Amino acid sequence: MKIHEYQAKGVLRRYNVPVPRGEVAFSPDEARRVAEKLGGRVVVKAQIHAGGRGKGGGVKLADNPEQAARLAEKIIGMTLVTHQTGPEGRLVKRVLVEETLPIDRELYLGIVLDRKLERPVLMASSEGGMDIEEVAAKTPELILKETIEPGIGLMPHQARRLAFGMGLEGEAVKGIVNAMLALAKAYEATDANLLEINPFVITTDERAVALDAKMDFDDNGLFRHPDLIELRDLDEEDPLETDASNFNLNYIKLDGNVGCMVNGAGLAMATMDIIQHAGGRPANFLDVGGGANAEQIKNGFRIILSDANVKAILINIFGGILRVDVLAAGVVAAARELDIQVPIVLRLEGTKVDEGKSILQDSGMNFTVAANMKEAAEKVVALAS
Amino acid sequence: MSILLDENTRIVVQGFGRAGAFHAQQCKDYGAKIVGAVHPGKGGGEKDGTPIFNTMREAVDAVQPAASIVFVPAAGAADAIIEAADGGLELVVCITEGIPAQDLVKVSFALRGSRTRLIGPNCPGLISPGKSKLGIMPGYIHKQGNVGVVSRSGTLTYEAVGQLSVLGIGQSTCVGIGGDPIIGTNFIDVLDLFNEDPATHAVIMIGEIGGTAEEEAAAFIKERFSKPVAAFIAGRTAPPGRRMGHAGAIISGGKGTASEKVAALEDAGIAVAPTPADMGATLAGLL
Repeated sequence: MKIHEYQAKGVLRRYNVPVPRGEVAFSPDEARRVAEKLGGRVVVKAQIHAGGRGKGGGVKLADNPEQAARLAEKIIGMTLVTHQTGPEGRLVKRVLVEETLPIDRELYLGIVLDRKLERPVLMASSEGGMDIEEVAAKTPELILKETIEPGIGLMPHQARRLAFGMGLEGEAVKGIVNAMLALAKAYEATDANLLEINPFVITTDERAVALDAKMDFDDNGLFRHPDLIELRDLDEEDPLETDASNFNLNYIKLDGNVGCMVNGAGLAMATMDIIQHAGGRPANFLDVGGGANAEQIKNGFRIILSDANVKAILINIFGGILRVDVLAAGVVAAARELDIQVPIVLRLEGTKVDEGKSILQDSGMNFTVAANMKEAAEKVVALAS
Repeated sequence: MSILLDENTRIVVQGFGRAGAFHAQQCKDYGAKIVGAVHPGKGGGEKDGTPIFNTMREAVDAVQPAASIVFVPAAGAADAIIEAADGGLELVVCITEGIPAQDLVKVSFALRGSRTRLIGPNCPGLISPGKSKLGIMPGYIHKQGNVGVVSRSGTLTYEAVGQLSVLGIGQSTCVGIGGDPIIGTNFIDVLDLFNEDPATHAVIMIGEIGGTAEEEAAAFIKERFSKPVAAFIAGRTAPPGRRMGHAGAIISGGKGTASEKVAALEDAGIAVAPTPADMGATLAGLL
């Protein structure tokens, strides 16, 4: 689960990570009030769950509260397009109004889970403010890493190694070492997946401050953090995907016209692949899980069909424990209840498959039953075009 | 022969609720030697002839298990795995999906240097056809034989096994290693075991987007693996930055794409099935 920058800074503040003074504003008036409170020059930053906001015109400087209000008026309600939003962009509904700082150096700090090491890793780079993936590709030697051991946590000597490694000296070292230890604590305590500060700045008076903040939490860990769940912003999510998640369905919208419903994530991906191989384009990823029931199948259909591009649906089920006859009955009931007009191709395999197929045939409805995955893909692609 | 599991493997079930008890019975029906269950608070009782214990220590003393299968819900699953390792079990298969990644970091830390091998989590488990089943896969689709199967996915593995069995090709052992970013046993660990197993003559490996486990396996196969290998990679059409059902199935920072994995596998001389419908035929072509 992703959260906004201002929310991430609020979380980090609780763990004593130094962040600029600032507050969120939902209107120009609120932005003016925050700017008055802060005094001096402020920065107005669009709050959306995507990076590249500055280049897209979503981050502006204001010399006084009036200007802050005017900028907020422009930014709130704009559709911000960045390299991470896709061409459709994202509607901005809130801004962060924050003090400006005299910046001496821009650094990068990030904590991610390293799958190979099976540990969180703190990455630091002197090349802050840039796209870190580009730094990693062009100058990997400029990214320094320390592994965080569970139970032990990040040790001060590891943080010092990173600080000196980036060429810092004096008070700045002390400041950033404390900040890194605090970041590591925050990462662990919140079950974060990703914690990224880009840039982390050293000011001209040698203060170390997290100027930006990006946090993404492990969905599997959220049950331990009711306070973090409250930070979820449904406006930033695809409404169909949110709808699906309420029924324990795993749905991801794509841009093709062949809808699909599959049990199991690997088989669902493979089904998308074979649709493409047959010359079509999948409209979605949908995993109904191992124990799909009639209610889930109905909601699966409803969600797939909410996408107006869908011209045909492929149902691919390898029932193991899941009985195919039960599934077939669910498909018939849902198709009737929802009065589904688009053609449905089914490929069914597993326990009680013959009973399942006769349920489909006896329904008098227009189902196409395929003998295998390849045939199913070819048939559904033909029906969709 | 087979790897990791046979008809003599003594198994306890951890988490003997509705799902645990149901699947334990299915395993038993297939021939698995289920000798007990651990379910805190239900100790002293028994269900369908299976004695229940409060702790793994008690189970170890009473029924001497070598392996366990974990159905404990996500919040307590890491604890159950570490309890099994503490009991000295050789093999722990964790079916549970949705375990927090940081709990798995702790599991990885706790199991380092121990004698316990973890399979999963978020996996269908393993089966040595005709001998024993330590998982939730439908037993009847399998056929005893000489092909090893190793996969990150559940139903996609059933698909591959189904295709092999229809072609008359049996399996030595099928291992679902799981779809999480951190798993106990990876492709290379299983390939190493298949390499040493005289009853395994060829292997089919089923991977998916995310991480670099397939690339590492490809390098291992090129260098050290002596038997024919077929493969399939799911997710050629998966968009970047999205988690495709499995916590570990995500293309992040442009890394972990299907095309990179297919290229690495082909470079290692592995026959990669062009579609999931060709998995069985691709393997058959190697025999």
